[in-house]
Amino acid sequence: MSENVAGPVSFGNVGEARWYRRGAFASQTAYVAVAFVLITVLVAVFTHNFLSYGNLLNTSKNFSYIAIVALGSTLVIITGGIDLSVGSVMALVAVLTVILMKFFATTFVASIPYLGITLAVLGGLLVSALVGLVNGLLISKIRLSPFVTTLGMLSICRGATYVITQGRGQAPAGPQVDTFYSLTDGKLFGLPVPLVYLLVLAVVMGVALRQTRWGRYVFVLGGNERAAQLTGVAVSRVKISVYILCAMSAGFAGILIAGWLGSAPANLATGYELKIIAASVIGGADLAGGVGGPVGAVIGAALIEVIRNGLALFGADTYWEQVFVGTIIILAVLVDRLRTREAE
Amino acid sequence: MSASALASRDHTPVLQLSGIGKEFGAIRALSGIDLTINPGDVVGLMGDNGAGKSTLVKIIAGNFHPTHGTIRFDGAEHRFDRPLDARAAGIEVVYQDLALSNNVSAAANVFLGREILRKVGPFRFLDHRAMNARALELFNELKSETRPKDLVKQMSGGQRQAVAIARTRLANAKLILMDEPTAAISVRQVAEVLDLIRRLRDQGVAVILISHRMPDVFSVCDRVVVLRRGEKRADKLVSQSSPEEVTALITGAKEFA
Ligand SMILES: Nc1ncnc2c1ncn2[C@@H]1O[C@H](COP(=O)(O)OP(=O)(O)OP(=O)(O)O)[C@@H](O)[C@H]1O
Ligand SMILES: [Mg+2]
Repeated sequence: MSENVAGPVSFGNVGEARWYRRGAFASQTAYVAVAFVLITVLVAVFTHNFLSYGNLLNTSKNFSYIAIVALGSTLVIITGGIDLSVGSVMALVAVLTVILMKFFATTFVASIPYLGITLAVLGGLLVSALVGLVNGLLISKIRLSPFVTTLGMLSICRGATYVITQGRGQAPAGPQVDTFYSLTDGKLFGLPVPLVYLLVLAVVMGVALRQTRWGRYVFVLGGNERAAQLTGVAVSRVKISVYILCAMSAGFAGILIAGWLGSAPANLATGYELKIIAASVIGGADLAGGVGGPVGAVIGAALIEVIRNGLALFGADTYWEQVFVGTIIILAVLVDRLRTREAE
Repeated sequence: MSASALASRDHTPVLQLSGIGKEFGAIRALSGIDLTINPGDVVGLMGDNGAGKSTLVKIIAGNFHPTHGTIRFDGAEHRFDRPLDARAAGIEVVYQDLALSNNVSAAANVFLGREILRKVGPFRFLDHRAMNARALELFNELKSETRPKDLVKQMSGGQRQAVAIARTRLANAKLILMDEPTAAISVRQVAEVLDLIRRLRDQGVAVILISHRMPDVFSVCDRVVVLRRGEKRADKLVSQSSPEEVTALITGAKEFA
């Protein structure tokens, strides 16, 4: 009945696509990278100060905060979820870290060098991890919708921040407060440290996503969660881990901002969740899940910042920023849509 | 089932279902199913759309618990809580919807949940090369022109089925459940899948093949089981039945055999 069709399998009719139409080059991230370069060149040519050291320093710092959180947010988006609570988590963690620093400065801990700031920062990050854990548990175990869960968490964290501070800003203090400032707002090899943190985190995330089992599961959760379940992937654990990492990225960025501002106001990072999600999406993360990466998150955030900075340097009303960012979100997705339609 | 078929194999049955029933609310998807599968048995499971075939497969594979009845696997009573438990016990499944993730490569899908890792210092990284190589071997074995690195998104129905079937070849399974594995593939690949099933049988692996294709079932199976409206209507040696009889059983023109 069955005749064996001999001979090795060949792929006679299926050639490989040209390198520039394959993989990373054919992605939305690549288009947005090109757009980013073009816009940067335009801004650099038509304004005087863009390329000045001071402006570049500021711009790269500003965008680093958003981009660090966009890395975490991109992880969540790849699994097909969303985290709206990041802006509030930034504020809560910034405020708590600073309060802890002040508190430890008054206890015996102050006599041991660097212990106070270390404990304060770890405490802040722990709180962000707990917030992420709660998000993750509600979403993966009780199957609440990520949108609603993190919307609630947005409100809870922002509210808690106001309750704790009574609306007053908090300033870092303590014996090693200068170390805190140089670790959050200093320079390393001439680069602002937030940018250095961002680059390191982006590389780690890239490796983790592409080269580890965990990273593969993150993608498969966004691609076909049921398939992941059936093949024995610990779906809940992976999901919880991305919400924890996302919240921790927000907490970390919040601490950096507190060091930059020299204080942690209760309204810190209000509305940032949209900027952060916009950065992820502009960079190619698909809200339907399954697609995204650190390069996209970084480029998306950089593009938003260059536009903001460019508008300011042109002397335009900076309120236009939001209009531009919104347009770019739609354009980025539109270009990707046209491209994939062509291929179909 | 004939006594001689049982006597010829003196192993304990791989799978013994007794009185399996499953209700989804008011829908009674299965009732009173008894079924014994011995090592090396190839059993065709047939029935009309909605007869309960996939439900039976999912119960055996640990996707859901039966509402009634017991499952004995390899002599011991089992109550698989997760597909993973069933797989660990030696049950592999090709799901009707294939359970593939579109956004990762064919090799990634084959190895999903069973990735090959290599140690680098304290870390363990995916061994892409080893997985791609092994996946290519498996696809070649199935005579499927499927490239391990291609995304499943861009694949034909047949290539996807090859990926889902290749998955079952990673471990030494005792029982393989195939829910319509030949629904979307070419004549050449059907022959390969049927050949694979024969090779499995020769190694003592039991296979349950769900198919709507009468020639497939009659060429490769020893036994055919017919479900109709959630009940078992027949369990016969293929040599003692005929496509006409099975068709009659499936449509209900003949009640029992
Ligand atoms: N998860 C579920 N919830 C409710 N009803 C279900 C569920 N799964 C199956 N059913 C019902 O159980 C019955 C049997 O379905 P099943 O999928 O087992 O059929 P099948 O024999 O595999 O059909 P097909 O040949 O179309 O694949 C159908 O009436 C179906 O509607
Ligand atoms: Mg079915």
